[in-house]
Amino acid sequence: MTWVLANLGLLLDRTLAHLALAVPSILAAFALSIPLGWAAFRYRLIRGPLLTGAGLLYAIPSLPLFVALPALIGTGARDAVNVIVALTLYGIALMTRSVADALAAVPPETHQSATALGYSPWGRFWLVEIPLAGPAILAGLRVVTVSTVSLVTVSAVLGVDSLGLLFTDGFQRGIVAEVVAGLVLTIVVALALDAAAVLAGRILMPWTRVGRPRRRRRAQPAVEVGV
Amino acid sequence: MNQLAAAWQWILDPAHWAGPDGIPVRMWEHLWYTFAAVGIAAAIAIPIGLAIGHTGRGRALAVGSTSAARAIPTLGLITLLALMWGVGLTAPMVAFVVLAIPSILAGAYAGVDSVEPHVTDAATAMGMTGTQVLGRVEVPLALPMIWGGIRAGTLQVVATATLAAYVGSGGLGRYLFRGLKTQDYPQMLASALLVVGLAIALEAVLAFAQRVMVPRGVRERSRR
Amino acid sequence: MKRIRTLTVVAAATLALAACGSSDPLGDDDSTTASTGGAADGGTVVVGSQQYYSNEIIAEVYAQALEAAGYEVDRQYQIGQREVYLPELESGAIDILPEYSGNLLQYYDSGTTATTPDEVVAALGEALPEGLRVLEPATAADQDSFNVTAEFAEEWGLESIGDLAEVDVPLIVGANSEFETRPYGPAGLSEVYGVEVTVLPIEDSGGPLTVKALQDGTVNVADIYSADPTIQENGFVTLEDPEALVLPQQVVPLVSDRVDEEIAAVLNGVSAELTTADLVAMNARSVTEQLASDVIASDWLAEKGLV
Repeated sequence: MTWVLANLGLLLDRTLAHLALAVPSILAAFALSIPLGWAAFRYRLIRGPLLTGAGLLYAIPSLPLFVALPALIGTGARDAVNVIVALTLYGIALMTRSVADALAAVPPETHQSATALGYSPWGRFWLVEIPLAGPAILAGLRVVTVSTVSLVTVSAVLGVDSLGLLFTDGFQRGIVAEVVAGLVLTIVVALALDAAAVLAGRILMPWTRVGRPRRRRRAQPAVEVGV
Repeated sequence: MNQLAAAWQWILDPAHWAGPDGIPVRMWEHLWYTFAAVGIAAAIAIPIGLAIGHTGRGRALAVGSTSAARAIPTLGLITLLALMWGVGLTAPMVAFVVLAIPSILAGAYAGVDSVEPHVTDAATAMGMTGTQVLGRVEVPLALPMIWGGIRAGTLQVVATATLAAYVGSGGLGRYLFRGLKTQDYPQMLASALLVVGLAIALEAVLAFAQRVMVPRGVRERSRR
Repeated sequence: MKRIRTLTVVAAATLALAACGSSDPLGDDDSTTASTGGAADGGTVVVGSQQYYSNEIIAEVYAQALEAAGYEVDRQYQIGQREVYLPELESGAIDILPEYSGNLLQYYDSGTTATTPDEVVAALGEALPEGLRVLEPATAADQDSFNVTAEFAEEWGLESIGDLAEVDVPLIVGANSEFETRPYGPAGLSEVYGVEVTVLPIEDSGGPLTVKALQDGTVNVADIYSADPTIQENGFVTLEDPEALVLPQQVVPLVSDRVDEEIAAVLNGVSAELTTADLVAMNARSVTEQLASDVIASDWLAEKGLV
């Protein structure tokens, strides 16, 4: 505990650096997943390859991706951009399927009603489908948020500033408090961003604030039914 | 791009297939770390997930702790556990189990959750006890999602099992860290390619297993 | 209600754009202490360090000495790999970084025949590329060393590395994974001393895990850096290296062309005072007392009367 108190400045610096990497990645992944997920949903032919590709992308271990990207896109190994691009790719890998599934779950009758009411395809997408698919998309976004925050730490092995440096440094010096502080802060940041996403969801989708109909409790065996 | 070619050459080099540090050995280690971790995680998470889905209680807690568990950075957890328990397989194994549990737990309770109430009501009306409803109705219907959770967990562990080498254990991560620390990028990229290859193979196997094990009636239902 | 929602969307979008804008993706502004970003030139010196806590302490000593001499310092610590920071040094993105003479030489010239400290520094002068040079080395050295427990040394009568050839049990060395390909790794041990070993790679640079592995017998030899306080604390025996398998690793400032004579003078003043005992003591303060590198550095500088 004393170590933590003596190094609050360091912890704050690492946390801010961590956020500077995580937040842009999450937002970029979100922004890019919507069109990709829509394409997967809309065009049957693309769906298979796109979703399989996304799944495979997620299987690539993060460290080699951080190292390989500079050769592919010309960033430096220590650049923030390098990390953000890699994390965005992972985010897209996770979210595309969510978006595609969410859009697929919108009942087809709704499309027809909307068209019947005179919505253009563009209007129908943004004003009807997306709002209805919203909660499921939000669920996907929450998973991406949490996993992105967690993945940022791996870049510390390359010397990128983030909470992960608390792990590598604590490891070398044997300071358990430092590693624990890193763990706790990473989890706190993840949960805080997750809560922010939920809050944004509540504000932007007020209709979801109405309580979900409670699922019927398991009824007792037939005895009660007056048969 | 020629880095990738060099990595491919590295994999094809027969010298890398022989001996205790050869690709087959490391791949085998990597695989059994994954299976062991997912197996243990499933043994823990599936009963809990089924209970939560079946009784409807504790869902909020499950969702909350799943989120929190997903947030734990595996590198940090392995570092912490290794500092406490030393070199060896225990620290990484525990970390991988922690990594796999959220997906499997979510699959289990979401799967049971997704069974429509009228189906379970019908089962109860037919006179089944709670356990029978769970075993004969809910689990088979939830199987696709439960298995989906296991697949997701497996994929995550395969990708992350490279970290076992950070603390002296084996697996494909050996090539990764050696390549990283000695600037031998073909070796490092080769390790990544091997892991991806392994992931693809596992996905294919698990997908096939799903087709075989899930009852046909349920398969029809879940295909949209 | 709808207006509030629209406003929220606009506000969120603005915040998001602002967040994207403020994190400058094209600059490596990951300084660990509050110091300048700002102007690229002028009196700002960039000091870097390896991802090794002891190296960071030395870098911090350089940084504070320079600040006392009136320079503004931008700190870029915990950079992972040589091939990440060496290009940055060559391009002038980093100005100063504490290095270890032997390893640096072997990085550029793996077949070097230099063995004594002076030969190594002289060879460095030739081996380094354009745009880089080293200043005066300190007497302080921090090198890979082979350590065994006191019991193991007694059991097998071990004093120098060559004595390991007499040991009957399989020898396992705990070390960072790069040890496997270093000239002083398994190949070098076999060639120079006739000792056969296998390596258990532990990525903590001779840190607590390696020490623990040595103590409980998971490995019987450990590669621990000579300035690591744990060697003395645990009574480990460092095996002697009469054939100079491991090159001397004096602490030496590696600098870019931007570093002029005045800055060099400050750094040379520091190097003149830095002994191995000092380094061990500073490392101990970091690991045992868990102090931060800036505290350790300023205490040492004050003690030596350099600030």
